[in-house]
Amino acid sequence: MGRVLFATGSLLLAARPAFAMHISEGILPFSWAILWYLALIPFLVLGIRRLNAMAREDLSMKPLVGLLAAVVFIISCMPIPVPTAGTCSHPCGTGVAAILVGPLVSVLIAAVSLLIQALFLAHGGLSTLGANTLSMGVVGSLAGWATFRAARRMGGSLALSGFLAGLLADWGTYAATSLILSLGIRGDAPLWPLFAKVVLAFLPTQLPLGVLEGVLSAGMVTLLYRKRPDLLLRMRVITDKELPENA
Amino acid sequence: MPDRKRKFKILLLHAVMLPTLLFAFYFFSLAPKSWEGVDEAVVEKIAKEHGREARDPLIDPGSGDLLLFGFLLAGTVGGFIAGYYWRQLTRKE
Repeated sequence: MGRVLFATGSLLLAARPAFAMHISEGILPFSWAILWYLALIPFLVLGIRRLNAMAREDLSMKPLVGLLAAVVFIISCMPIPVPTAGTCSHPCGTGVAAILVGPLVSVLIAAVSLLIQALFLAHGGLSTLGANTLSMGVVGSLAGWATFRAARRMGGSLALSGFLAGLLADWGTYAATSLILSLGIRGDAPLWPLFAKVVLAFLPTQLPLGVLEGVLSAGMVTLLYRKRPDLLLRMRVITDKELPENA
Repeated sequence: MPDRKRKFKILLLHAVMLPTLLFAFYFFSLAPKSWEGVDEAVVEKIAKEHGREARDPLIDPGSGDLLLFGFLLAGTVGGFIAGYYWRQLTRKE
């Protein structure tokens, strides 16, 4: 009951004007907005197929993915003041989602979270949903997942791998947002100077926030390992040998 | 080998933390501290310089208690579903 009240309270607290990084409604020209939607479709289809396959194997994965979507929704609209820049922004949450359920399902989670934010919080926009999902969902998830897997293969601990995954998922998301924005608004201006300008403008806020996202991701993964290693095993984050009783 | 791994971890930590701290000290004194979101401070500002402005949302969510009611309803439904599946979700295998 306490958890349900907490979830309800969190949702209520989130219902405020958001201070976010998503590309707002109307910023991208129509042709670019459509292109990003088209680029997103294959990832969404693969995400739905992967989720169905996971649910066929283990039905309890569906509510778990639902809970993870709620976590990503809250994390990605939680404004955090960054004193290094004097602005507010938020972590993405797709890094940790990709670690736990894989990058394809994480894309689906990001799409649902961003759709709800666009509909109810005026956070992002419906015309820019494709672009925002591509940066936060596709690039963030793939960067986080690939980094985590690579760090684990190189012998990194869960905490270190989780940290790097969160960090690069965040920075990857903002790099992708910068590129998408630059492509959309540049007109006749050269692309790369504009891209560098957007990246530099994001840096003071996102550099430390990426570190925070890394710490958050590492904390969530290690907490799960300590409290519920069986869930990590079920989600194939760790192997049998890595269970605390076998380690 | 463990020593090399440890050294690598320390190096990596420094590679991330040092630039962050440098930025922190640099921007603490210079930041305008408007606390606006980077969507306004970066995305909308640069887009405006290039002739693109943000529009009102296609679906105006309105303001006041209606939005709160919507989230209360969503939280209640979501909480019910999470509570309904909680035993299944947390069952140890």
